[in-house]
Amino acid sequence: MLENVSGINSSTALWYASRATGVVALLLMTAVVLLGIMVTRQGRLPGLPRFAVTGLHRNLSLVAVVFIGLHVLTAVTDSYVNIPLTAVVVPLASPYEPIWVGLGAVSLDITVAVVVTSLLRRHLSRRVWRAVHLLAYLSWPVAWLHSITASHDLLHGWMFVIGVGCALLVVVAVGWRLAAAARDVPRAQRVSLLMSAVHDRTSQRHKSAPVAGPPERTSRR
Amino acid sequence: MTAATTGMPTEGTATELPRLLPVSGQHQEDLRAHVARHGRLPYRDAPGRLITDARQAGLTGRGGAAFPVHRKLTAVLDAASERRRSPVVIANGAESEPASDKDATLLWLAPHLVLDGLQLAAEATGADQAILYTHAQRREDVGKRLRQAMAERAAVGIDRVPVELAESPARFLSGQETALINHLGGGPAIPTFMPPRVTERGLGSAPTLVQNVETLAHLALVARHGPHWFRQVGTKTEPGSMLCTIRRADGSPRIAEVPMGIPLRDVLGPVSRDGAVLIGGYHGTWAAAEEAARLTLDNQSLSAVGARVGAGVLITLPADRCGLAETARTVRYLALESAGQCGPCLNGLPRIAAALAELAGPRPRRQARADVERWSGLVTGRGACHHPDGTARFVGSALITFATELDRHARGRCAATNSQPFLPIPRGSARTEEDWL
Amino acid sequence: MTEKLTVNPIECEGHGACAELLPELITLDEWGYPIIDDHPVPPFLERDARAAVSACPTLALRLLRS
Repeated sequence: MLENVSGINSSTALWYASRATGVVALLLMTAVVLLGIMVTRQGRLPGLPRFAVTGLHRNLSLVAVVFIGLHVLTAVTDSYVNIPLTAVVVPLASPYEPIWVGLGAVSLDITVAVVVTSLLRRHLSRRVWRAVHLLAYLSWPVAWLHSITASHDLLHGWMFVIGVGCALLVVVAVGWRLAAAARDVPRAQRVSLLMSAVHDRTSQRHKSAPVAGPPERTSRR
Repeated sequence: MTAATTGMPTEGTATELPRLLPVSGQHQEDLRAHVARHGRLPYRDAPGRLITDARQAGLTGRGGAAFPVHRKLTAVLDAASERRRSPVVIANGAESEPASDKDATLLWLAPHLVLDGLQLAAEATGADQAILYTHAQRREDVGKRLRQAMAERAAVGIDRVPVELAESPARFLSGQETALINHLGGGPAIPTFMPPRVTERGLGSAPTLVQNVETLAHLALVARHGPHWFRQVGTKTEPGSMLCTIRRADGSPRIAEVPMGIPLRDVLGPVSRDGAVLIGGYHGTWAAAEEAARLTLDNQSLSAVGARVGAGVLITLPADRCGLAETARTVRYLALESAGQCGPCLNGLPRIAAALAELAGPRPRRQARADVERWSGLVTGRGACHHPDGTARFVGSALITFATELDRHARGRCAATNSQPFLPIPRGSARTEEDWL
Repeated sequence: MTEKLTVNPIECEGHGACAELLPELITLDEWGYPIIDDHPVPPFLERDARAAVSACPTLALRLLRS
């Protein structure tokens, strides 16, 4: 039979495709999380306009969904392992590696919820949208866990570097975001803080030479 | 009680005033005296009938915005029937303007008029919940006084809708409609920006009527005496009487009930030629005393100096004070009272305050005045409420009225001889979230 | 039917994406907050206006029909 001779058949091709699209999906999701954090802190991508950060965040998330879709489809269609269609969204429904595949299902469920609520954002209350969107912080680590356990690709060589690299980036970004949020001025203190700042500058003017500099901008940060 | 009260009768209507305030100054009207003077609470026994009277009387809000009462009542009534939800009526006695004292005085002297008006407004809109919102710290024992009045009414069973007494925090924004509702709903007393209007969806998502306590008192009398009676004082376009807080150059504040359209010089008395008058409180307008003396207390006349009647605050600045210094002090307070929610207000008001402090001192930077004008333009109309707008108006009128002072300060001089603060500014500012609760 | 741009000043955090996508109607003040032209959106800018509304990370910018 052709399978034994060449070692490559449609099943193997699908399995490889599933693994490959999985890695790409992980990379894309990592980029989406990083960009999302940048949006909340009004970060800029050098050389790009402001709306590029939000725009890339959204567009890449849609591309990620496409790759997740391909990843899932190829895994299900592939006859080498038995992963029923239900296992795509229902955790622990797969006879093959129920836990690791289940992690993927959890991550997919959350990702679908995040994307759908974002597309329908205008019709939802701000609170609901935000609550679901915050679940993305859960979806990513679950996806990463799924990646390193469901196949052993990420445990060797370049894949290992990719796996660890993505994790490091997300951990650092989230850590930075939390630290920045801790430095945020609570609403009730914003105006008195700015009052002190501008009055100090004004009284300095009277005392010494004019202090040059761009006007401070006070926001929630 | 710190304020002396009088009615100010005008020619030909000597028996008309005072209407709201007791005839003899400081005497608190208990329920018996109230009924003896005004008669019983005239329930109409159907929602909506009072609204016609309010419309024909031309009764407008006495909280500052002068919005026609019948339109608010109708909006709430319509929203209630469309959404099939019972409305809430709120008597706004927060009086967050520091220079104003008339609401506190009214609640102290004639609470039953306000409580009558509250019941009538509830009946007219079909409300099943009523709240009396006051700033209890403003006057000692006003809470106790109100509870006494409510107990008197409960003993006789006058009220058809139960009234709840609620307290507002001591913030400048706490009397603002959406801030008030936000606070009553358990949040801080800061404005919200959500269509639709509160008449459509307010406290607890119910259609909500927010009416100043003085407005409700007038409503209680219109219900008794009719719209024609209401129109017997005042002007054709602005009928009725109103309560004013008057601070003259010499003495302490006085509360007076005056007819709309009364000449300002009758209310303020003789004003020094070099003096200035503040019309409408800290979101109001400065005017030169000479100009003010030619005006009457109605929006039509006051528009000549860009002023509005507002909540009836009239302050005479003594000629020996510096109007710029007083304005700077006030704007510093107004800036600190910003909710800090909206970028333009949060950034603009403190900077305006700092620049005004410069202009109030000797030899300010040449750029300072231009900065104030630019920032005033930037904050106007760009917040969730009218706090930045009102502040900008107040500041702009100061720059015009005290123009000669500005010139003097630029040369290092000042005409004022008295640096004692004049305008009443509360001490202490909000530092934590608790200060807004 | 005319459409007007409005911004919810409480939700607005001054990201500034709107001004980049619709500079004809939106400029940023010296603190980074949008100054919105009060006039109805002309038909040839409708698409850009929708893009600006969509790009706002806090959904503070809205198009109101009147």
